[in-house]
Amino acid sequence: MASYTVRKLKDRLAFGLAAFCVLIAVIPLGSILFEVIRNGAPALSIEFLTQTPGPIGQPGGGIANAIEGTLILIGLTCLIGVPLGVISGIYLSEYGDNKFGRTVRFFNDVLSEFPSIVVGIFVYVLVVLALGSFSVIAGAIALAIIMLPVVSRTTEESLKLVPNSIREAAMALGIRRWRTIVSVVLSTGRGGIITGVMLSVARIAGETAPLIMTILGSQWFFAGFNQPMDALPLRVWRLALLPYDYAHQQGWGAALILILLILLLNIGVRVATRGRYKTRR
Amino acid sequence: MNSDDDAQKSSKQTHHKRKITWSGDSFFKLLTLVLASGVIITIILMVIELVTGSLPALERFGLGFVTGLNWNPVAGREAFGILPYILGTLATSALALLIGVPISLGIAIFLSEMAPNAIRTPLSFLIELLAAVPSVVYGLWGIFILRFWVKDYIETPLSTYLGFIPVFQGTPFGLDILTAGIILAIMIIPTVSAVSREIMNAVPDSQREAAYSIGATRWETIRIGVLSYARSGIFGAAILGLGRAVGETMAVTMVIGNTVGPAALPTSLLKGGQTMASLIANEFNEADPTSLHPSALIGVGLVLFLFALAINIFAQFLVWRVLKVKGGAVE
Repeated sequence: MASYTVRKLKDRLAFGLAAFCVLIAVIPLGSILFEVIRNGAPALSIEFLTQTPGPIGQPGGGIANAIEGTLILIGLTCLIGVPLGVISGIYLSEYGDNKFGRTVRFFNDVLSEFPSIVVGIFVYVLVVLALGSFSVIAGAIALAIIMLPVVSRTTEESLKLVPNSIREAAMALGIRRWRTIVSVVLSTGRGGIITGVMLSVARIAGETAPLIMTILGSQWFFAGFNQPMDALPLRVWRLALLPYDYAHQQGWGAALILILLILLLNIGVRVATRGRYKTRR
Repeated sequence: MNSDDDAQKSSKQTHHKRKITWSGDSFFKLLTLVLASGVIITIILMVIELVTGSLPALERFGLGFVTGLNWNPVAGREAFGILPYILGTLATSALALLIGVPISLGIAIFLSEMAPNAIRTPLSFLIELLAAVPSVVYGLWGIFILRFWVKDYIETPLSTYLGFIPVFQGTPFGLDILTAGIILAIMIIPTVSAVSREIMNAVPDSQREAAYSIGATRWETIRIGVLSYARSGIFGAAILGLGRAVGETMAVTMVIGNTVGPAALPTSLLKGGQTMASLIANEFNEADPTSLHPSALIGVGLVLFLFALAINIFAQFLVWRVLKVKGGAVE
């Protein structure tokens, strides 16, 4: 066996290398945030936030329609995805301790790691081809499919944290099982579910690939659920690929708004959950 | 189900009342069951829709679809062979794993075994934030910032000193397979490191105590007590990272250079390429709906779907097995 000094040295070296790995990962994060703020902040103006994009190649115009589109998409996606996810999470937590439950849980995990572009193509074939046009509704369905496994998983986990004594107390009062779940278990686990929903919103808000083949993108404001629409990530992509400096700056500006939205959701979740665990303990 | 029925049968309620109780509960249970099976139905529907959507192209080109090199959507001269994009996907993903997995492992070791408590939470939050950055923002940063770092500090030295090796041949340009691999490596770090951490936390403390008690240093404890025990789970974490890298679209599309046909074969790191996902993102909106082009792109999606499904099932299986053992041990 090597001498103690050598072993001690190896231990230090391993510590240094591991810490270095963390540093390597934090550098891109720092650079991304720094560049988005540095290049994006000058693009922000009232005009940028309130107007639709100008003609391609001419500076001016804004991303108001993309912001509106992202908000509409988030709302509609939640309308579809949250009830489905929460109810399937209830199944997994309250009835899912069997083979079928394990199968669903397994495919939930598989689907939540699935390439979002494949979901986009799927919805293209299923909805866009069937309805004959790119549409807001197709985009929301695609994003709901991406959201579903996340919400279902977090619902299951937060309902499992609800102590069984609470279920038993409700049952002892003669309340039926489904009523117990809906009124007692669900409201006790509400905080965790809201956290899960916020995290899944943060995830879908930045999705771009599935939107290419569903909502397509547009120069105008929302024109109906069966019409194409713009969204922030799509706008960032299109602006970045244009060969004009003003477009690149607008792209950074749109990215800044998008990142702010997503960071606020993430940090909000952090703060909210920290408070919750504190009060519980 | 069974325990419910038994409870109902053994209860002394009146027949009438029992029936109502039973039906309300079973209706609710059925509702949740139907919606829970939505995940499975979605995956089955995906297979059906992707197959029907790509059938015209698959029928026309047969096996040549996955072995062909040429790509030409022009009517009358159609050729749809996707081998270069399959290889491009594998090359960029392999590169991402090669760079990303060791770093992720270092992060997981640091955060779960070494870091002082005070900096553990903030650091893991920062690593998690890396996952929150949207793919398209990675792409934006990739074309305007990372591209020049890679070109000036990695590719130029590589081609100057190692240019005689075939994989380093080409002109440093920054929009190529190497940059795509690097950006993918950054993007898989949060997934791989988070899952590895979870796996390491699942290693029983007795493993560590045993190593310390025979006089091992901290690093030796990690190596013989933790890493060897968690090996298959960490392998699963890496495969999960692979699944993420294979399907990643926007960032790759923006930095990989987007070549098509035989030129897209990944023969050198310093060369433009194309992955299955980037091909779809690039061409989908330009495809003429009356031609075979959309059908061929849906076919690319089908192949990508099969890759992702196989990789994810394999990875989930590995990770699950490790975490389940822990659950059993604790109970």
